[in-house]
Amino acid sequence: MNLIKYTFLLTSFLFFLIKNSFACEIKARVSVVGNEFPAIQTVGAGAKKCKGAEVKTNLTADHQKINVAGMSSKPAEYTSAIVANTSIVALLNNDLIRPLDDLVKKHGSKLKKNQLITINGKVMAVAFMANAQHLVYRKDVLNKLNISVPKTYEEMLAAAKKIRESGLAKNPVGGAYKAGWNLAQEFNNMFIGYGGKHFKGNTPEPNVNSNAGKKALNMMKSLSEYMNPDFLTHDSNATNAEFRAGNVILMNMWGSRAATLTDADGVSEAVKKGMDIAGPMTVGGGTIPASTLFWDGWTVAKKISDAEAEATFIAMMNAIDPSIIKNDNVRKQAVWLLDGYTPTDAARGVFAAAKMNTTPYPMLPYAGLMHSAIGAEIADFMQGKENAKKTLSDIEDAYRAAAKEKGFL
Amino acid sequence: MKHKTFFWFILPTFLAMLIFIFLPIISVILQSIHTPHENVLVTVENCDPFGCKKVTSIDHEATKNLKQSEPLGKFVGLDIYFDRGHLAIENFKLLWKNSKNISSFVKSLGNLPFYKAVFFTLTFTFTVTPIMLLLGLLIALGVNSISKKLKGIVIFFSLLPMIVTPLIGSIILFWMIDSRGIIGNLIQWLLDDPNLSLKASTSLTWIMLIVYGVWHAIPFSFIVFYAGLQTVPKDQLESAKIDGANKFEEVIYIIIPHLMPLITFVTLMQLMDNFRVFEPIVGFSAEAHATSLSWIIFNDLGGETRQLSAAATSSILTIIGVIILLSPVLVRTWRDFKFKK
Repeated sequence: MNLIKYTFLLTSFLFFLIKNSFACEIKARVSVVGNEFPAIQTVGAGAKKCKGAEVKTNLTADHQKINVAGMSSKPAEYTSAIVANTSIVALLNNDLIRPLDDLVKKHGSKLKKNQLITINGKVMAVAFMANAQHLVYRKDVLNKLNISVPKTYEEMLAAAKKIRESGLAKNPVGGAYKAGWNLAQEFNNMFIGYGGKHFKGNTPEPNVNSNAGKKALNMMKSLSEYMNPDFLTHDSNATNAEFRAGNVILMNMWGSRAATLTDADGVSEAVKKGMDIAGPMTVGGGTIPASTLFWDGWTVAKKISDAEAEATFIAMMNAIDPSIIKNDNVRKQAVWLLDGYTPTDAARGVFAAAKMNTTPYPMLPYAGLMHSAIGAEIADFMQGKENAKKTLSDIEDAYRAAAKEKGFL
Repeated sequence: MKHKTFFWFILPTFLAMLIFIFLPIISVILQSIHTPHENVLVTVENCDPFGCKKVTSIDHEATKNLKQSEPLGKFVGLDIYFDRGHLAIENFKLLWKNSKNISSFVKSLGNLPFYKAVFFTLTFTFTVTPIMLLLGLLIALGVNSISKKLKGIVIFFSLLPMIVTPLIGSIILFWMIDSRGIIGNLIQWLLDDPNLSLKASTSLTWIMLIVYGVWHAIPFSFIVFYAGLQTVPKDQLESAKIDGANKFEEVIYIIIPHLMPLITFVTLMQLMDNFRVFEPIVGFSAEAHATSLSWIIFNDLGGETRQLSAAATSSILTIIGVIILLSPVLVRTWRDFKFKK
């Protein structure tokens, strides 16, 4: 009898211990702001599983418009912002996020070293996934016309010409060329592919008015001739819709959207079966792909109490616990940087990008200003209103005016 | 009214205007003549999943003292007003000197963001306002003369464009005018040009935005004029009929003079409304072809750049623009007021 009783007590005690070690207990409020794509939804839901205090999430495509304001007050409304290497810059520039070294030592045993984003030796963010743009194409169409998978943008142009001549698609090339952020991103890819450098050395002086810039613009113009004439209004959602509808055969697309690309209603079998992905393309005989690498990760606000920071760290660690990728649906949502991740089929493109030494998007305090200057000025060139040289000098002028205002030049 | 009564009567409104209009404008003006401090830049090592490298970063410790001593930022006077993003004085002078004739000058001026926005904003304002005044009046006259039974339902449908939220309305139309949408396809069929795309050409985009602007604003002028028509004195109309005036002459000589104060009111409101055109540009994703002053402010504030001083400057320039635009109407109203006295 006693033996049974003790065994029962012991097992329940053990069970209690195990259960507690897996559960996430926090003692202060947690509030997360971030983007809304599937992988980030998973992370947000993971943080919300913590018990003991309130966990709020605000996941929206407009996160960049609100995170700085929401972390500037004292105490900050958001205790954590999920960012990428582009969007962390605004938080760093305004000194809104705190170094995480102590918390990593205390609670970060499950992190791999390459997940830690360090600036000047201090951990400022914890990355959980990687992203890049790469080729997405229709293998059925390419096979039919006996075209091999393009490895360079020049081959893509040749393939596009063949496809158009065959009559299988009128505008076979797709691209997120919407004026603004998207268009600028495509220019950045192409510019880097041609070996361009955005800035002179380590200074904020612009350097896009170069041969590489001219070549990048001309390549974009050539590609756009094989695109839907409305390309300046197409963001990645619209480009994906064109692919789903079977209008687009070749496109440069985000890895984070590749997995769920054909999971929509009304996508034809031909598109579902024919879709395939490959690594990013190079351009102009270069070896570095015309693409940029991104990471997504989370930060902890500076203007909150230490207790809140610790609670946030624990909750976010729980959200990116390596166990989440055991679920197949979660595993294919992204290229996770978590321990034990094995790439799914949808991750091949981003993996190839990393292997080919794709350049990471520059984490510079003035990179955002350059990006928006490019996005605003290229539209004129794409419409044939001015030549490449004028556009490139316009970009530099617009950037200079903005950088002067923000105290960089 | 006694001065004392008047004072107590106006006080709440005055206070509200002071707090919600006057003070914010002062703060925007202050913002527009200051910029953030110069950043002290340092080179640091930065590591991420893709490796380590040396990058430039802001030294917060070094810039902190500067920020604390002058929290408003660095005083720059009118520098931002004159920079390339706004009035672009330098570029303006250069273009003036180098341009062969006035049309090439105007064309290259349109390459500067502020002037590009001003061109579209003014074109939009001065086409939409008269068209919608005229159409609104015609619809009001039409509705006024149909049978009473139908009036209710016709008024309801005429008001619909105004009930739809501008952004939603423009997004719906954006998809309808797509080259595969119902209107876009119809236009292609009518003009027998399968490659025609409304979104790909600047002039067609402008026309589309103007048509949308008119469509959205007509209900306002219609309902105001319709209300005005109910007060047109019947005896005047009857005596005009006896004198042998036809329908057209009745409108020109009796109805329009009677509605004149309302026409002034609608013109005033619509000039202001159309000058700050914004939603259709976002809804139609038209920023490659058309930008407006309000759109520039929005663009400067959003995203990763957050150019507060630039946005504040554009706001002040917009306010100045509205004042210039409204001054003829305001002067006229003031004269009428003095004349009546």
